[in-house]
Amino acid sequence: MNPFTYVRATEASGAIRALGRDGHFLAGGTNLIDLMKMGIVTPEKLVDITHLPLKHISRTPSGLSIGALCTNSEVADHPLVLKHYPLLSMAFNAGASPQLRNMATVGGNMMQRTRCPYFFDTALPCNKRVPGSGCGALQGYNRMHAIFGASDQCIAVNPSDMSIALTALEATVHIQGARGGRILPFADFHRLPGDTPEKDNVLEPGELITSLTLPLPAFPDHVHYLKIRDRSSYAFALVSVAAALQLDGGNVRAVRLVMGGVAHKPWRLGAAEDFLRGKPATVGNFRQAAYLAMQGAKAYAYNQFKLTLAPNAIVQALKTASGVTA
Amino acid sequence: MADNSDNQSHEEDLEHSTRRGFFKQSTAFGAIALTPAALVRAAEHQWDEKIADAFEKMPLNIEVNGVKHSLKVEPRTTLLDLLREQLDLTGTKKGCDRGQCGACTVHVNGVRINSCLSLAVSNEGKKITTIEGLAVGDNLHPMQDAFIRHDGFQCGYCTSGQIMSAVALVKEGRTHSREQISEFMSGNICRCGAYSNIVKAIEDVKNNGL
Repeated sequence: MNPFTYVRATEASGAIRALGRDGHFLAGGTNLIDLMKMGIVTPEKLVDITHLPLKHISRTPSGLSIGALCTNSEVADHPLVLKHYPLLSMAFNAGASPQLRNMATVGGNMMQRTRCPYFFDTALPCNKRVPGSGCGALQGYNRMHAIFGASDQCIAVNPSDMSIALTALEATVHIQGARGGRILPFADFHRLPGDTPEKDNVLEPGELITSLTLPLPAFPDHVHYLKIRDRSSYAFALVSVAAALQLDGGNVRAVRLVMGGVAHKPWRLGAAEDFLRGKPATVGNFRQAAYLAMQGAKAYAYNQFKLTLAPNAIVQALKTASGVTA
Repeated sequence: MADNSDNQSHEEDLEHSTRRGFFKQSTAFGAIALTPAALVRAAEHQWDEKIADAFEKMPLNIEVNGVKHSLKVEPRTTLLDLLREQLDLTGTKKGCDRGQCGACTVHVNGVRINSCLSLAVSNEGKKITTIEGLAVGDNLHPMQDAFIRHDGFQCGYCTSGQIMSAVALVKEGRTHSREQISEFMSGNICRCGAYSNIVKAIEDVKNNGL
């Protein structure tokens, strides 16, 4: 790990001021410290933000507000989250390990980098790590990689389970910068790689995520987070599906579908949602929705299996969420 | 003893001169970008090593197994390395050092975490419990006792992490089924494959109390 200056901040504006040009905010550290040990991130300064007062989980008139420094397990286990947003708890508990969830924060989870092996190996080319060096995964071992929204510069996927659920729940991100705050839809926070894969999200230098808000009405039941991985726990997703339904009799009144493990950002299945809305919740309709969701998918040498796995996972998640099996 | 202390001071001198040399080289070869500004200044002005030390090290007040420590730590030091290298508490193991195996699991303010991914300085004012802090005198903690009775290990390298995680698991109430125990123990890898006996030990403690 490279030497760095360590600064402990006590309020958000002070943390932003202290950051400087090459500084990084340090929260749970579960991703950043790992990346620093690997020499992938080499900050001159770490600004420890864990003492900032951003640890609330509270009701608001329009829903729920979650401080960016709440740990993943604090949110996953919170009674209001379990009651109104069980999809979020399921997604959290599908990610990492209990120890990591006790450390990792909500804001940090949004900032975690891809697990692409070419990003993690400093001996190999990676446009995300060293812009212009090339994409090792494109012609390499790309089993974990994207099937949607990739570019010829980067085919990495975002590893966050939490972000898949937050996209489905249409959360809002609250950000503070040196010149004030801004608010944006969670779905607009992460970005596709395009020609600048080094940018995972739209956060500007010096900006700090302060909180998330989750709207009501929520999806208190008929939800499922299905995560397909190489072992039954503690692994990153090959494909994951967040499914949330409101059912009216046997009909789909409202639906949200988002996939993980398939793109550089949470991949919302708008065409599938549009198809299902107002239709009977049947396995036949779930299959048609999955078919529509897969239009435009593109696989590489080693992730062809995702073209079959992903639609099957969509159908299975909808079946589990709805309780409909026929 | 005299020889030892001579050796020690000799080693310290060596270490200091090496470090001083590094500063000079850093400046000479322009590797300034990789060095904190304070260190670069110290090197440029050829300040005394002690001043450089003051820039390098941070004060840390931390309580480990009920004992309060006021320490100076280099910001890069992880909680795991602090425990093992500075406090000689080597019961906590370094496995992957990447947050993937759970061998380094300790409790911070009663919550289980991976000490390899936590900077020591970010634990200011916190209470740490390690495997050495579980037993009361010669009386093993019930979880330690259960691991022995159920043969919950083979080589033993992961065991302190497994036990720390298991103690937290029971307190969290995640022991409703074997499946739940396995799921919420998944952050602790055992390459010998003692999992079934680990689950039995945890069920035993759950049924008979911590």
